[in-house]
Amino acid sequence: MHNFWVILGVWMAAFLTLAIFSFLYKDNPFYKFAEHLYVGTSAGYMLIYTYFLVIKPMLIDPISQEHQWILLIPAFFGVIMLTRWFPKIAWLSRWSIAFTVGIGTGLAITGSIQGLLVPQIKGTLIALHGWNGATLNNLLIIIGVIATLTYFYFSKEHRGFVGKTAKLGITYIMIAFGASFGYTVMARISLLIGRMYFLFHTWIPLIK
Amino acid sequence: MRREIPLAITFITALIMIVSFCIPHAPFGSMQDVSLKWYSIIAGFTMLLGVDSLIHMHSVKIKRKKEGWVYSLVLILGFALFVISGIIGGIRFGSAMDIRSSFMYLYTYMIVPLQSTMFALLSFFIASAAYRAFRARNMDATLLLITAVLVMLGRVPVGYQMWHSFPAVAEWIMAVPQMAAKRGILIGVSLGSLAVSLRIMLGIERSYLS
Repeated sequence: MHNFWVILGVWMAAFLTLAIFSFLYKDNPFYKFAEHLYVGTSAGYMLIYTYFLVIKPMLIDPISQEHQWILLIPAFFGVIMLTRWFPKIAWLSRWSIAFTVGIGTGLAITGSIQGLLVPQIKGTLIALHGWNGATLNNLLIIIGVIATLTYFYFSKEHRGFVGKTAKLGITYIMIAFGASFGYTVMARISLLIGRMYFLFHTWIPLIK
Repeated sequence: MRREIPLAITFITALIMIVSFCIPHAPFGSMQDVSLKWYSIIAGFTMLLGVDSLIHMHSVKIKRKKEGWVYSLVLILGFALFVISGIIGGIRFGSAMDIRSSFMYLYTYMIVPLQSTMFALLSFFIASAAYRAFRARNMDATLLLITAVLVMLGRVPVGYQMWHSFPAVAEWIMAVPQMAAKRGILIGVSLGSLAVSLRIMLGIERSYLS
């Protein structure tokens, strides 16, 4: 019986994989079916996931088992978020939004200074002594950071020296985007290999 | 009052987060963790709003028999299937995330293949995007693609077989020019994020309340 469910699951997964790949030919009912199924099942999954991994362990269990009544405050904010369903009192949901925005804002202020700004500046303040490959690389990094920042500096017109520096900045940015693009392509191709392996190994065992 | 109270809530909550960060001792130190937990709980409730909006939109489509209503039915049935199996899993095993539950079975054989195939499909479109970028024939697009190719060749065994120095070239690109541009971008992002956050905290930026 266990084997039956595994075989059924594999066939179902194979059908859905082929249905999505059918889009390579053109938009068709099989693709639309799989696409809508994906959206519906993902929404259902996320709802259950949120209940069992967030609401239950963080709110229901601590209140019912440990009597942490303080958690009624986020519960209250959570419930008033749902007042958006009732236009007359929908304005109350702003309190919850304000609370979440406040947390996000506070985190962004501290996080952007501690997690981004300071480490990045610290990483750019690198040694430039001696004439060797490391020094040249460090120099290229410092020039690159300044040039990239200049490209995003719009308070002065990009002409003359500033214009040339900004031009160098876009060159650096294109290299960075190219590297990211390469990594994205590789990630997608690795997924594609995974799906092909599933089809030709798990479903139809052509590859050993 | 309908605007002042939310503005005050935003300011006080943001201030608590900053104080908690700056004074990592009791009773302030734990406030950041507590706030983050509360944030997760409130965000959990918003899931209901999103799901309601999705189901409502597709229910209307089915009711009015609009074009493609059958697919909306598929969407709602898929949603119901996961919710019901999740509830059953919760009752039988204490959690829907239990590996023995039908919920996890459906996740493994439905969502995993759908999601990975959807992203795998993008590899074909990325290839066509690269082709179009090459046709642009300007210096920047060419530089982007040459870098992408070098990075890819440096990261796969076939690249090493073609030329033993490809991995070193890819490593250098990642460590020097890529790193420099990324640093510049991140410094800009952090400054922008800081400025916007301060504007929101001080109530200058209020678009989130509309």
